[in-house]
Amino acid sequence: MKLHRVAVTGMGAMCGLGNSLDEVWANALLGKSGVSTIERQNTEGWPVTFGGEIKNFKLSPELMDLKDQDRFDLFNQYALHCTDEALRHSKLLEANYAPEKIGIIFGTGLGGFPHIESNHKIFLEKGARRVSPFFIPSVIPNMPEGLVSIKWGFKGINFAIASACASSAHAIGIAATEIMLGRQDAMLTGGTEGVITGYTIAGFASMKALSKRNDEPHRASRPYDVDRDGFVMGEGAGILVLENYEKAQARGAKILAEVVGFGASSDANHITAPHPEGLGALVCMQQTLDMAGVKKEEVGYINAHGTSTPLGDAAETGAIKKVFGEHAYKLAVSSTKSMTGHLLGAAGGLESIFCIKALETGMLPPTINLENQDPACDLYYVPNKSEKRDIKYALNNSFGFGGTNSSTLFKKPE
Amino acid sequence: MELQDKVIKLVSEATKMDAANISLNTSFVDDLNLDSLDMVELMMKMEDEFGVEIPEDETENLKSIGDIVTYLKAKSH
Repeated sequence: MKLHRVAVTGMGAMCGLGNSLDEVWANALLGKSGVSTIERQNTEGWPVTFGGEIKNFKLSPELMDLKDQDRFDLFNQYALHCTDEALRHSKLLEANYAPEKIGIIFGTGLGGFPHIESNHKIFLEKGARRVSPFFIPSVIPNMPEGLVSIKWGFKGINFAIASACASSAHAIGIAATEIMLGRQDAMLTGGTEGVITGYTIAGFASMKALSKRNDEPHRASRPYDVDRDGFVMGEGAGILVLENYEKAQARGAKILAEVVGFGASSDANHITAPHPEGLGALVCMQQTLDMAGVKKEEVGYINAHGTSTPLGDAAETGAIKKVFGEHAYKLAVSSTKSMTGHLLGAAGGLESIFCIKALETGMLPPTINLENQDPACDLYYVPNKSEKRDIKYALNNSFGFGGTNSSTLFKKPE
Repeated sequence: MELQDKVIKLVSEATKMDAANISLNTSFVDDLNLDSLDMVELMMKMEDEFGVEIPEDETENLKSIGDIVTYLKAKSH
Protein backbone atom coordinates (compact mmCIF):
# COMPACT_ATOMS: atom_id res chain seq x y z
CA MET A 1 0.00 0.00 0.00
CA LYS A 2 1.32 3.41 -0.93
CA LEU A 3 1.43 5.86 1.93
CA HIS A 4 0.62 9.47 1.13
CA ARG A 5 2.44 12.47 2.56
CA VAL A 6 0.49 14.90 4.74
CA ALA A 7 0.61 18.69 4.49
CA VAL A 8 -0.65 21.31 6.92
CA THR A 9 -2.31 24.04 4.86
CA GLY A 10 -4.36 26.07 7.33
CA MET A 11 -4.63 26.91 11.00
CA GLY A 12 -7.03 28.65 13.38
CA ALA A 13 -6.31 29.43 17.03
CA MET A 14 -7.82 31.08 20.08
CA CYS A 15 -6.90 31.09 23.77
CA GLY A 16 -6.26 33.64 26.53
CA LEU A 17 -3.64 35.27 24.27
CA GLY A 18 -6.19 36.23 21.62
CA ASN A 19 -9.02 35.15 19.41
CA SER A 20 -7.18 34.70 16.10
CA LEU A 21 -4.04 32.93 14.93
CA ASP A 22 -2.15 36.18 14.25
CA GLU A 23 -3.05 37.68 17.61
CA VAL A 24 -2.18 34.51 19.53
CA TRP A 25 1.16 34.13 17.77
CA ALA A 26 2.14 37.80 18.08
CA ASN A 27 1.41 37.78 21.81
CA ALA A 28 3.24 34.48 22.28
CA LEU A 29 6.37 35.93 20.66
CA LEU A 30 6.07 38.96 22.94
CA GLY A 31 6.04 36.61 25.92
CA LYS A 32 2.71 37.92 27.17
CA SER A 33 0.61 36.10 29.71
CA GLY A 34 -2.90 35.11 28.65
CA VAL A 35 -3.76 34.19 32.23
CA SER A 36 -6.03 36.48 34.22
CA THR A 37 -8.74 36.69 36.85
CA ILE A 38 -11.90 34.92 35.70
CA GLU A 39 -14.59 37.40 34.65
CA ARG A 40 -17.24 35.23 32.99
CA GLN A 41 -18.67 33.87 36.24
CA ASN A 42 -18.86 34.87 39.87
CA THR A 43 -15.94 33.01 41.43
CA GLU A 44 -16.91 33.52 45.06
CA GLY A 45 -16.00 30.42 47.03
CA TRP A 46 -13.88 28.94 44.26
CA PRO A 47 -10.47 27.64 45.39
CA VAL A 48 -8.89 29.09 42.23
CA THR A 49 -10.22 32.28 40.66
CA PHE A 50 -8.05 32.68 37.56
CA GLY A 51 -7.31 30.93 34.30
CA GLY A 52 -6.39 31.40 30.68
CA GLU A 53 -9.85 32.78 30.08
CA ILE A 54 -10.88 33.99 26.63
CA LYS A 55 -12.12 37.59 26.75
CA ASN A 56 -14.32 39.53 24.32
CA PHE A 57 -15.43 36.57 22.26
CA LYS A 58 -18.67 36.58 20.32
CA LEU A 59 -19.16 33.91 17.70
CA SER A 60 -20.22 35.24 14.32
CA PRO A 61 -23.95 34.64 13.68
CA GLU A 62 -22.84 33.40 10.24
CA LEU A 63 -21.30 30.40 11.98
CA MET A 64 -24.08 29.75 14.50
CA ASP A 65 -27.36 31.58 14.75
CA LEU A 66 -28.06 33.53 17.90
CA LYS A 67 -30.60 31.18 19.40
CA ASP A 68 -28.18 28.27 19.06
CA GLN A 69 -25.44 30.33 20.70
CA ASP A 70 -27.53 30.26 23.89
CA ARG A 71 -27.73 26.48 23.63
CA PHE A 72 -24.35 25.13 22.57
CA ASP A 73 -21.58 24.92 25.09
CA LEU A 74 -18.42 26.92 24.56
CA PHE A 75 -16.20 24.17 23.18
CA ASN A 76 -18.58 23.88 20.22
CA GLN A 77 -18.37 27.60 19.55
CA TYR A 78 -14.58 27.71 19.81
CA ALA A 79 -14.33 24.84 17.32
CA LEU A 80 -16.54 26.62 14.78
CA HIS A 81 -14.64 29.90 15.17
CA CYS A 82 -11.22 28.30 14.66
CA THR A 83 -12.39 25.95 11.90
CA ASP A 84 -13.64 28.97 9.98
CA GLU A 85 -10.26 30.67 10.38
CA ALA A 86 -8.36 27.52 9.34
CA LEU A 87 -10.59 27.02 6.28
CA ARG A 88 -10.02 30.61 5.16
CA HIS A 89 -6.29 30.27 5.76
CA SER A 90 -6.06 27.05 3.71
CA LYS A 91 -8.56 28.11 1.03
CA LEU A 92 -9.77 24.51 1.30
CA LEU A 93 -13.26 25.44 0.14
CA GLU A 94 -11.78 26.39 -3.24
CA ALA A 95 -10.34 22.89 -3.66
CA ASN A 96 -12.21 20.25 -5.63
CA TYR A 97 -12.23 17.41 -3.11
CA ALA A 98 -15.34 15.25 -2.92
CA PRO A 99 -17.26 16.02 0.29
CA GLU A 100 -16.86 12.34 1.27
CA LYS A 101 -13.07 12.82 1.18
CA ILE A 102 -13.04 15.61 3.77
CA GLY A 103 -13.21 14.39 7.36
CA ILE A 104 -13.15 15.79 10.89
CA ILE A 105 -11.43 14.44 13.99
CA PHE A 106 -11.05 16.80 16.92
CA GLY A 107 -9.91 16.12 20.46
CA THR A 108 -11.65 17.27 23.58
CA GLY A 109 -10.80 16.23 27.11
CA LEU A 110 -14.00 17.00 28.98
CA GLY A 111 -16.70 18.19 26.57
CA GLY A 112 -19.55 20.35 27.82
CA PHE A 113 -18.87 20.65 31.54
CA PRO A 114 -20.38 24.15 31.91
CA HIS A 115 -23.74 22.98 30.57
CA ILE A 116 -23.58 19.75 32.58
CA GLU A 117 -23.16 21.92 35.66
CA SER A 118 -25.95 24.36 34.79
CA ASN A 119 -28.43 21.65 33.75
CA HIS A 120 -27.70 19.66 36.89
CA LYS A 121 -28.58 22.73 38.94
CA ILE A 122 -31.88 23.05 37.03
CA PHE A 123 -32.55 19.32 37.51
CA LEU A 124 -32.11 19.65 41.28
CA GLU A 125 -33.94 22.94 41.71
CA LYS A 126 -36.75 22.77 39.14
CA GLY A 127 -37.04 19.08 38.33
CA ALA A 128 -36.52 16.77 35.39
CA ARG A 129 -39.07 18.50 33.16
CA ARG A 130 -36.92 21.62 32.99
CA VAL A 131 -33.74 19.98 31.72
CA SER A 132 -33.08 21.45 28.28
CA PRO A 133 -33.69 19.30 25.19
CA PHE A 134 -30.41 20.77 23.97
CA PHE A 135 -28.50 19.60 27.05
CA ILE A 136 -27.26 16.32 25.54
CA PRO A 137 -26.49 17.66 22.03
CA SER A 138 -24.69 20.60 23.62
CA VAL A 139 -22.31 18.58 25.81
CA ILE A 140 -21.43 15.39 23.94
CA PRO A 141 -17.76 15.48 22.98
CA ASN A 142 -18.31 14.88 19.26
CA MET A 143 -20.81 17.67 18.64
CA PRO A 144 -18.14 20.13 17.36
CA GLU A 145 -17.44 17.66 14.54
CA GLY A 146 -21.18 17.36 13.89
CA LEU A 147 -21.63 21.12 13.72
CA VAL A 148 -18.63 21.59 11.41
CA SER A 149 -19.85 18.80 9.15
CA ILE A 150 -23.34 20.34 8.95
CA LYS A 151 -22.06 23.90 8.46
CA TRP A 152 -19.67 23.13 5.60
CA GLY A 153 -21.11 19.90 4.20
CA PHE A 154 -18.07 17.70 4.87
CA LYS A 155 -19.15 14.07 4.61
CA GLY A 156 -16.03 12.08 5.44
CA ILE A 157 -14.97 10.47 8.71
CA ASN A 158 -16.36 12.25 11.76
CA PHE A 159 -15.62 11.55 15.44
CA ALA A 160 -14.01 12.87 18.60
CA ILE A 161 -11.02 11.60 20.48
CA ALA A 162 -10.97 11.75 24.26
CA SER A 163 -7.61 11.07 25.88
CA ALA A 164 -7.66 13.88 28.44
CA CYS A 165 -4.85 16.37 27.82
CA ALA A 166 -3.46 14.32 24.94
CA SER A 167 -6.77 14.37 23.03
CA SER A 168 -5.98 16.79 20.25
CA ALA A 169 -2.46 15.47 19.73
CA HIS A 170 -3.94 12.02 19.22
CA ALA A 171 -6.55 13.58 16.94
CA ILE A 172 -3.88 15.09 14.70
CA GLY A 173 -2.00 11.80 14.56
CA ILE A 174 -5.09 9.79 13.64
CA ALA A 175 -6.27 12.43 11.16
CA ALA A 176 -2.86 12.38 9.47
CA THR A 177 -3.07 8.59 9.31
CA GLU A 178 -6.41 8.83 7.46
CA ILE A 179 -4.66 10.89 4.79
CA MET A 180 -1.56 8.69 4.72
CA LEU A 181 -3.80 5.68 4.03
CA GLY A 182 -5.57 7.59 1.23
CA ARG A 183 -8.96 7.27 2.89
CA GLN A 184 -9.40 11.03 3.10
CA ASP A 185 -7.97 13.87 0.99
CA ALA A 186 -8.35 16.54 3.66
CA MET A 187 -8.98 16.56 7.39
CA LEU A 188 -10.04 19.17 9.90
CA THR A 189 -8.28 18.28 13.14
CA GLY A 190 -6.83 19.66 16.36
CA GLY A 191 -8.97 20.24 19.42
CA THR A 192 -11.27 22.40 21.46
CA GLU A 193 -11.96 22.87 25.16
CA GLY A 194 -14.02 25.34 27.20
CA VAL A 195 -14.46 24.17 30.78
CA ILE A 196 -13.46 27.13 32.95
CA THR A 197 -16.30 26.78 35.42
CA GLY A 198 -16.60 26.27 39.17
CA TYR A 199 -17.38 22.59 38.91
CA THR A 200 -14.29 21.74 36.86
CA ILE A 201 -11.99 23.96 38.86
CA ALA A 202 -13.24 22.37 42.09
CA GLY A 203 -12.43 18.92 40.70
CA PHE A 204 -8.91 19.78 39.60
CA ALA A 205 -8.28 21.78 42.79
CA SER A 206 -9.29 18.79 44.94
CA MET A 207 -6.60 16.81 43.14
CA LYS A 208 -4.10 19.54 44.16
CA ALA A 209 -3.34 19.84 40.45
CA LEU A 210 -3.93 23.60 40.09
CA SER A 211 -1.76 26.57 40.95
CA LYS A 212 -3.36 28.63 43.72
CA ARG A 213 -1.55 31.87 42.97
CA ASN A 214 -4.84 33.81 42.99
CA ASP A 215 -3.16 37.14 43.72
CA GLU A 216 -0.76 36.90 40.75
CA PRO A 217 -2.51 35.05 37.91
CA HIS A 218 -0.03 36.10 35.23
CA ARG A 219 2.85 34.61 37.21
CA ALA A 220 1.06 31.36 38.13
CA SER A 221 1.97 29.20 35.12
CA ARG A 222 5.74 28.80 35.51
CA PRO A 223 7.02 25.52 34.07
CA TYR A 224 10.54 24.48 35.14
CA ASP A 225 10.68 27.21 37.81
CA VAL A 226 11.41 26.09 41.37
CA ASP A 227 8.28 27.91 42.59
CA ARG A 228 5.81 26.19 40.24
CA ASP A 229 2.80 24.92 42.16
CA GLY A 230 0.48 23.32 39.62
CA PHE A 231 -1.12 23.98 36.26
CA VAL A 232 -3.36 26.86 35.24
CA MET A 233 -6.56 25.99 33.45
CA GLY A 234 -6.80 27.51 30.00
CA GLU A 235 -9.39 27.25 27.27
CA GLY A 236 -9.70 27.68 23.54
CA ALA A 237 -9.04 25.75 20.37
CA GLY A 238 -6.36 25.00 17.84
CA ILE A 239 -7.64 23.67 14.52
CA LEU A 240 -5.53 22.53 11.57
CA VAL A 241 -6.33 21.69 7.98
CA LEU A 242 -4.38 18.64 6.84
CA GLU A 243 -4.26 17.64 3.19
CA ASN A 244 -2.83 15.01 0.93
CA TYR A 245 0.53 16.66 0.19
CA GLU A 246 0.57 16.06 -3.55
CA LYS A 247 -3.02 17.17 -3.99
CA ALA A 248 -2.38 20.28 -1.93
CA GLN A 249 0.64 21.08 -4.11
CA ALA A 250 -1.38 20.42 -7.26
CA ARG A 251 -4.06 22.91 -6.27
CA GLY A 252 -1.41 25.50 -5.42
CA ALA A 253 -2.05 25.55 -1.67
CA LYS A 254 0.57 27.12 0.53
CA ILE A 255 2.15 24.28 2.52
CA LEU A 256 2.93 25.38 6.05
CA ALA A 257 4.47 22.13 7.28
CA GLU A 258 4.46 18.39 6.78
CA VAL A 259 3.28 15.90 9.41
CA VAL A 260 6.01 13.28 9.34
CA GLY A 261 5.70 11.33 12.57
CA PHE A 262 3.23 10.34 15.23
CA GLY A 263 3.71 8.26 18.35
CA ALA A 264 1.36 7.08 21.07
CA SER A 265 1.97 5.09 24.23
CA SER A 266 0.81 4.27 27.74
CA ASP A 267 2.55 4.68 31.09
CA ALA A 268 0.72 1.68 32.64
CA ASN A 269 1.58 3.23 35.98
CA HIS A 270 -0.89 5.60 37.68
CA ILE A 271 -4.27 7.22 36.98
CA THR A 272 -2.98 10.80 37.12
CA ALA A 273 0.72 10.98 38.04
CA PRO A 274 3.28 10.83 35.25
CA HIS A 275 5.67 7.90 35.22
CA PRO A 276 8.52 9.16 37.46
CA GLU A 277 11.12 8.44 34.78
CA GLY A 278 8.84 9.47 31.91
CA LEU A 279 9.01 6.01 30.38
CA GLY A 280 5.75 6.33 28.42
CA ALA A 281 6.82 9.73 27.12
CA LEU A 282 10.16 8.31 26.09
CA VAL A 283 8.52 5.51 24.10
CA CYS A 284 6.19 7.81 22.20
CA MET A 285 8.91 10.35 21.32
CA GLN A 286 11.14 7.53 20.05
CA GLN A 287 8.26 6.01 18.03
CA THR A 288 7.64 9.38 16.44
CA LEU A 289 11.25 9.79 15.32
CA ASP A 290 11.33 6.19 14.07
CA MET A 291 8.17 6.61 12.02
CA ALA A 292 9.57 9.76 10.43
CA GLY A 293 13.00 8.22 9.90
CA VAL A 294 14.48 11.39 11.36
CA LYS A 295 17.73 11.46 13.32
CA LYS A 296 17.37 12.95 16.78
CA GLU A 297 20.03 15.56 15.96
CA GLU A 298 17.72 17.02 13.30
CA VAL A 299 15.05 18.04 15.82
CA GLY A 300 15.51 21.70 16.67
CA TYR A 301 12.55 22.48 18.92
CA ILE A 302 10.22 20.68 21.29
CA ASN A 303 6.97 22.25 22.40
CA ALA A 304 6.81 20.39 25.70
CA HIS A 305 3.77 19.23 27.57
CA GLY A 306 5.30 21.25 30.47
CA THR A 307 2.18 21.92 32.56
CA SER A 308 3.97 23.62 35.48
CA THR A 309 3.38 20.74 37.90
CA PRO A 310 6.33 19.73 40.09
CA LEU A 311 6.34 16.07 38.97
CA GLY A 312 5.35 16.40 35.31
CA ASP A 313 7.97 18.92 34.18
CA ALA A 314 10.82 16.94 35.70
CA ALA A 315 9.60 13.59 34.33
CA GLU A 316 9.24 14.96 30.78
CA THR A 317 12.67 16.58 31.00
CA GLY A 318 14.13 13.21 32.02
CA ALA A 319 12.42 11.50 29.09
CA ILE A 320 13.72 14.11 26.60
CA LYS A 321 17.26 13.55 27.90
CA LYS A 322 16.92 9.77 27.51
CA VAL A 323 15.63 10.06 23.94
CA PHE A 324 17.94 12.82 22.70
CA GLY A 325 21.10 12.21 24.74
CA GLU A 326 23.64 15.03 24.41
CA HIS A 327 21.48 16.67 21.75
CA ALA A 328 18.85 17.34 24.45
CA TYR A 329 21.07 20.21 25.61
CA LYS A 330 21.44 21.69 22.11
CA LEU A 331 17.83 21.72 21.01
CA ALA A 332 15.37 24.25 22.40
CA VAL A 333 12.42 23.23 24.55
CA SER A 334 9.64 25.57 25.60
CA SER A 335 6.33 25.34 27.36
CA THR A 336 3.86 27.80 25.88
CA LYS A 337 1.47 26.80 28.68
CA SER A 338 3.41 29.40 30.67
CA MET A 339 1.46 31.94 28.57
CA THR A 340 -1.76 30.19 27.58
CA GLY A 341 -2.42 28.03 30.62
CA HIS A 342 -3.30 24.42 29.98
CA LEU A 343 -5.94 23.99 27.27
CA LEU A 344 -6.45 20.35 28.36
CA GLY A 345 -7.92 18.49 25.39
CA ALA A 346 -7.13 21.40 23.05
CA ALA A 347 -3.50 21.74 24.15
CA GLY A 348 -2.03 19.51 21.45
CA GLY A 349 -3.87 21.41 18.73
CA LEU A 350 -2.72 24.84 19.84
CA GLU A 351 0.82 23.67 20.60
CA SER A 352 1.16 21.92 17.25
CA ILE A 353 0.26 25.29 15.73
CA PHE A 354 3.07 26.88 17.77
CA CYS A 355 5.47 24.24 16.39
CA ILE A 356 4.37 25.00 12.83
CA LYS A 357 4.65 28.78 13.31
CA ALA A 358 8.14 28.22 14.73
CA LEU A 359 9.11 26.27 11.59
CA GLU A 360 7.53 28.88 9.34
CA THR A 361 8.94 32.01 10.98
CA GLY A 362 12.20 30.80 12.55
CA MET A 363 11.03 32.26 15.86
CA LEU A 364 10.66 30.13 19.00
CA PRO A 365 8.00 31.08 21.57
CA PRO A 366 9.36 31.36 25.12
CA THR A 367 8.68 29.80 28.49
CA ILE A 368 7.72 32.81 30.60
CA ASN A 369 7.93 33.17 34.38
CA LEU A 370 11.13 31.15 34.37
CA GLU A 371 12.98 33.05 37.10
CA ASN A 372 14.72 30.38 39.15
CA GLN A 373 15.22 27.27 37.08
CA ASP A 374 14.69 23.99 38.92
CA PRO A 375 17.95 21.98 38.90
CA ALA A 376 15.84 18.90 38.08
CA CYS A 377 14.86 20.66 34.84
CA ASP A 378 18.22 21.44 33.26
CA LEU A 379 17.48 21.86 29.55
CA TYR A 380 17.31 25.08 27.55
CA TYR A 381 13.70 26.26 27.80
CA VAL A 382 13.84 29.55 25.81
CA PRO A 383 13.44 31.52 29.05
CA ASN A 384 11.16 34.56 29.04
CA LYS A 385 12.03 35.93 25.57
CA SER A 386 11.30 34.51 22.15
CA GLU A 387 14.33 33.58 20.13
CA LYS A 388 15.31 33.49 16.48
CA ARG A 389 16.45 30.03 15.49
CA ASP A 390 16.02 28.30 12.15
CA ILE A 391 14.80 24.79 12.68
CA LYS A 392 13.90 21.97 10.35
CA TYR A 393 11.86 19.71 12.62
CA ALA A 394 9.63 20.55 15.60
CA LEU A 395 8.17 18.00 18.00
CA ASN A 396 5.02 18.40 20.08
CA ASN A 397 4.44 16.40 23.26
CA SER A 398 1.02 15.95 24.91
CA PHE A 399 0.29 13.67 27.84
CA GLY A 400 -2.97 12.91 29.60
CA PHE A 401 -4.52 11.48 32.76
CA GLY A 402 -4.91 7.76 32.45
CA GLY A 403 -1.22 7.58 31.59
CA THR A 404 -1.66 8.29 27.89
CA ASN A 405 1.03 9.96 25.75
CA SER A 406 1.27 11.36 22.26
CA SER A 407 3.97 13.05 20.19
CA THR A 408 3.80 14.55 16.74
CA LEU A 409 6.67 15.64 14.49
CA PHE A 410 6.35 18.48 11.98
CA LYS A 411 8.79 19.26 9.18
CA LYS A 412 9.46 22.59 7.53
CA PRO A 413 8.50 22.34 3.85
CA GLU A 414 11.45 22.26 1.43
CA MET B 1 -49.46 43.65 28.69
CA GLU B 2 -52.01 41.55 26.83
CA LEU B 3 -51.52 37.77 26.91
CA GLN B 4 -50.99 37.81 23.14
CA ASP B 5 -48.20 40.37 23.45
CA LYS B 6 -46.55 38.42 26.25
CA VAL B 7 -46.53 35.25 24.15
CA ILE B 8 -45.12 37.09 21.14
CA LYS B 9 -42.42 38.69 23.29
CA LEU B 10 -41.41 35.31 24.71
CA VAL B 11 -41.32 33.65 21.30
CA SER B 12 -39.34 36.55 19.91
CA GLU B 13 -36.73 36.24 22.67
CA ALA B 14 -36.52 32.46 22.33
CA THR B 15 -36.18 32.42 18.55
CA LYS B 16 -34.33 35.74 18.13
CA MET B 17 -36.95 36.73 15.56
CA ASP B 18 -38.18 40.31 15.42
CA ALA B 19 -41.47 40.58 17.35
CA ALA B 20 -42.83 42.79 14.56
CA ASN B 21 -42.80 39.77 12.29
CA ILE B 22 -44.72 37.55 14.69
CA SER B 23 -48.53 37.55 14.82
CA LEU B 24 -51.39 35.26 15.86
CA ASN B 25 -51.15 33.54 12.49
CA THR B 26 -47.42 32.77 12.75
CA SER B 27 -46.78 29.02 12.50
CA PHE B 28 -43.98 27.52 14.58
CA VAL B 29 -42.89 25.08 11.92
CA ASP B 30 -43.70 26.89 8.65
CA ASP B 31 -42.81 30.45 9.64
CA LEU B 32 -40.33 30.12 12.50
CA ASN B 33 -38.69 26.94 11.23
CA LEU B 34 -38.74 25.29 14.66
CA ASP B 35 -37.96 21.58 15.00
CA SER B 36 -39.15 19.19 17.70
CA LEU B 37 -36.33 20.12 20.11
CA ASP B 38 -37.03 23.83 19.60
CA MET B 39 -40.68 23.18 20.45
CA VAL B 40 -39.84 21.32 23.68
CA GLU B 41 -37.66 24.23 24.76
CA LEU B 42 -40.32 26.78 23.84
CA MET B 43 -43.02 24.94 25.78
CA MET B 44 -40.75 24.86 28.85
CA LYS B 45 -40.43 28.63 28.59
CA MET B 46 -44.21 28.98 28.26
CA GLU B 47 -44.72 26.85 31.35
CA ASP B 48 -42.25 28.93 33.34
CA GLU B 49 -43.64 32.25 32.15
CA PHE B 50 -47.35 31.49 32.60
CA GLY B 51 -47.18 29.06 35.52
CA VAL B 52 -49.03 26.28 33.76
CA GLU B 53 -48.23 22.71 32.90
CA ILE B 54 -48.63 21.86 29.22
CA PRO B 55 -48.85 18.06 28.88
CA GLU B 56 -46.81 16.59 26.06
CA ASP B 57 -49.80 15.21 24.13
CA GLU B 58 -51.39 18.65 24.08
CA THR B 59 -48.35 20.44 22.64
CA GLU B 60 -48.87 18.57 19.38
CA ASN B 61 -51.99 20.64 18.73
CA LEU B 62 -50.25 23.96 19.35
CA LYS B 63 -49.08 24.89 15.88
CA SER B 64 -49.28 28.67 15.91
CA ILE B 65 -49.07 31.66 18.22
CA GLY B 66 -52.86 31.85 18.08
CA ASP B 67 -53.15 28.22 19.24
CA ILE B 68 -50.98 28.99 22.26
CA VAL B 69 -52.90 32.13 23.17
CA THR B 70 -56.22 30.28 22.94
CA TYR B 71 -54.81 27.38 24.96
CA LEU B 72 -53.46 29.63 27.71
CA LYS B 73 -56.73 31.59 27.93
CA ALA B 74 -58.67 28.35 28.33
CA LYS B 75 -56.26 27.17 31.03
CA SER B 76 -56.65 30.37 33.02
CA HIS B 77 -60.41 30.00 33.31
